[in-house]
Amino acid sequence: MIEEQVLARVLGAALRGGGEFAEVFAEDRRSSSARLEDAKVEELTSGRQRGAGVRVVAGRTTGYAHTADVSEAGLLAAAEVASAAARGGGVATRVVDLDRRRPVGAQAVGVPPEEVPKARRVELLLAADEAARRGRSPINQVSTSTADGRRRTLIANSDGLLVEDDVTRTRFGIQCVARGDTGLQTGHRSVGASMGFELFDRWDVEQLAAEAAESAITKLAARPAPSGVMPVVLAAGGGGVLFHEACGHGLEADLVEKDTSVFRGRVGTKVASSLVTLIDDATVTGEWGTFAVDDEGAPAQRTVLIEDGVLSDYMWDLVRARRAGRPSTGNGRRETYQHLPMVRMTNTFLAPNPGTTLEDLIGEVDHGVFCATLGGGQVNTATGDFVFGMTEAYLIEGGRITAPLRAANLIGNGPQALLDIEGLADDFDMGWPGTCGKDGQGVPVGMGIPSLRIGGLTVGGTAR
Amino acid sequence: MSDLLALAVQVAEQAQAGEQVEAYVIRGTELSVEVSGGEVEQLSSATSEGVGLRVVRDGRVGFAWSGSLDPTLVAETLLDARDNAAFSTPDEHAGLAGPDGVEAADLDLWRDDVAATPTVDKIALAAEVERRVLDDPRIRSLRSAEYQDGRTEVAVATSTGIAATRRGTSAYLSCFAMAGEGDGTTTGGGLSFGRSVADLDIERVVGDAVTRSTRMQGAVKPSSATVTVVLDPSVAASVLALVASLCNGEAVHKGRSLFGGRLGEQVGHPMLTLVEDPTNPASSGAAAFDAEGLATRPTPLIEGGVLRSHLYDTRWGRAAGRPSTASATRSFKGTPGISARAVAPSPGTLTHEEVLAAVGEGLYVQSVAGLHSGVDRISGDFSVGCEGLMIRNGALAEPVKECTIASTLLRMLSGIVHVGADLEWATGSCARLTLAIDDLSLGGT
Repeated sequence: MIEEQVLARVLGAALRGGGEFAEVFAEDRRSSSARLEDAKVEELTSGRQRGAGVRVVAGRTTGYAHTADVSEAGLLAAAEVASAAARGGGVATRVVDLDRRRPVGAQAVGVPPEEVPKARRVELLLAADEAARRGRSPINQVSTSTADGRRRTLIANSDGLLVEDDVTRTRFGIQCVARGDTGLQTGHRSVGASMGFELFDRWDVEQLAAEAAESAITKLAARPAPSGVMPVVLAAGGGGVLFHEACGHGLEADLVEKDTSVFRGRVGTKVASSLVTLIDDATVTGEWGTFAVDDEGAPAQRTVLIEDGVLSDYMWDLVRARRAGRPSTGNGRRETYQHLPMVRMTNTFLAPNPGTTLEDLIGEVDHGVFCATLGGGQVNTATGDFVFGMTEAYLIEGGRITAPLRAANLIGNGPQALLDIEGLADDFDMGWPGTCGKDGQGVPVGMGIPSLRIGGLTVGGTAR
Repeated sequence: MSDLLALAVQVAEQAQAGEQVEAYVIRGTELSVEVSGGEVEQLSSATSEGVGLRVVRDGRVGFAWSGSLDPTLVAETLLDARDNAAFSTPDEHAGLAGPDGVEAADLDLWRDDVAATPTVDKIALAAEVERRVLDDPRIRSLRSAEYQDGRTEVAVATSTGIAATRRGTSAYLSCFAMAGEGDGTTTGGGLSFGRSVADLDIERVVGDAVTRSTRMQGAVKPSSATVTVVLDPSVAASVLALVASLCNGEAVHKGRSLFGGRLGEQVGHPMLTLVEDPTNPASSGAAAFDAEGLATRPTPLIEGGVLRSHLYDTRWGRAAGRPSTASATRSFKGTPGISARAVAPSPGTLTHEEVLAAVGEGLYVQSVAGLHSGVDRISGDFSVGCEGLMIRNGALAEPVKECTIASTLLRMLSGIVHVGADLEWATGSCARLTLAIDDLSLGGT
């Protein structure tokens, strides 16, 4: 992307004003998407973005500047701005020797999206649309979409690191609306992976379409959700977002350092039911949050965060890790070259528990809720309090799933929910591809859980 | 002509016979400073630019974008957009905006001090916020103390005769404070927004963060009950912005809004009037042109509780047989969507304190969570998490947390009992004022 000698000169310039660390992050990104609404191709979109950011760290101060101009002149101008922002004392000239490293676990793309004809995208969407409607008269709206992107990155820093990564991601989603006497209800399915169009060998879009349609139709018979505190069973995959938001964020070292995490000072202590092992792992082949090197050049890593209920480590990026005198865990990520990296999750999941089944978890509940999928939510990381919408949920009565429920919010506290996990099953699913937002930056993340039961969460229904 | 508009016009002029081309070009300069311990922790500064190109031929729409105004990339992007159009389904309503005779408001949204103020002075603002918040012994620490500003210029040109440009500046000062320890931690934020650095109100940022975090100390889960709620002006603005979003003409057309088919009907209490008016320079969303280059104009959404209008861009206006209300919004990475920019509720006559006194007993909602996941725009089902303070004898009393308020949007709109006189503009697409609503389910223990 950028010549080695140019990078070395830019890093040298970035350190000219003092500062102990400098980095160039360059990115070239292409993306395309297609959307079908009611059997019509609403639009095909394609986009590209290229640019670089220069970061300079001096003491506790970080300066950053980015540019779409990746010529040497453009990079030197950015280096000057970043360096001025982080003016420290000290050294005048430093020569940076770059050592090019090969990333381990670089992605092998089966069917590169850029080689897939646009007509093929349209065909896939049409097939899904048709499958959703086939034999289902209540379905009156279907929208389907596919999106793919290739992101190439280069990271060079004053420690001599020079490394590149190249990640392709592809996703597909469908939303069906069913109309009945009780109004309109929606059903969704979404799949995504760090791979090319071989995604569609792994997933059958017609099968996903049928599931989304059936989910919408089932909800037509939904009754108002109950309100109050009750046991909640989360389905494998479908509730991963809760642990990502309400626990994962609190284990990010930047929040811990800022004293805005409930998990600060808790390493080595019991923070969860002893059934709980929580892992962040960017090395799982093909998962949505997978990469070979993070956006600071650290190799992707598997980090056990909670083991058998005991907090074992936080997630770290380069700057915080340097300050703490320890290695990064490869969790430094950024949305684009226009953003500073910070501690982010990759694929975060709870490990399954052999010997228990979903039926066991439900069978022990007299009155509660089975939540198949959670939608959007909000968490206050300083307190761990969360709210999530249940997009597909059912009532549990006498140990059996009885009736579908209308949308309602689930309210609780993340750390408390971890302690209140009464049972985990042997099943496991990574759930839907997610985009995690933090301080205005979105990055792709995987979120997985086995089916599990939490002793008590507040369900905010309207049934009086 | 600005260089940005010249570029947009130059691209639009490349439309071939039988083809419409639209160029949306943006350039922005941003500065963001985060302060910790009186020193800069992060400072980020940059200029970014981009172009989004729409091509319409035979009712087929194609779109492509580029995060660079490099002429070679722009030329390739136009080819991409043209190629994409070939694969979309013909749509009888597709097409770009054309001049509609509405004169653009003369808005001056640019303040030179945003660029001229030295960075050290901007850093000092955030540092002062941090210092003054920490001066309060009840505050444990700050999650952030930040200064941000931006200068943005946008140009839109089409082969159908649109050539519009606008520019604006903005500045923000914000912080997020924490009080108490461990399980007793409570949080509260403060934010000030202005077009100019001089508009920023340190007092306000500090006062809000301290008051909001400390008054929640000792909060407990309340008992379930049916209550009258008084929405904090920031919460009322979020709820009313959501109500305005139900006027989205695309959602209405697709059967995804409960305001579909209800024009002329009573949807709320006669006290409720909402007008969308981006020509009001006091609003943070003020803009003389929309994202398709049409002059913005006032549109009454609800008058005296009666639903008066939906909001449209060009395409969805055509589908509804109505003119665009100049409500297109977008980023350069996508085609336009429809959104209100500057919704003003008609204020009432009571002050904030008078509303609390008039309500007597109820719940003051300081903040809500899950407003987007918890509201069904079709059925109107409303269920959100909240924290706040109980109202007893007409004044704020003990704090409560981890509870929900639930109802339906239509019941809430008709249940409005008081509208405050305290209207003010902050960030967001709706002005803020105190709002009291009867008969919500408070879910607690």
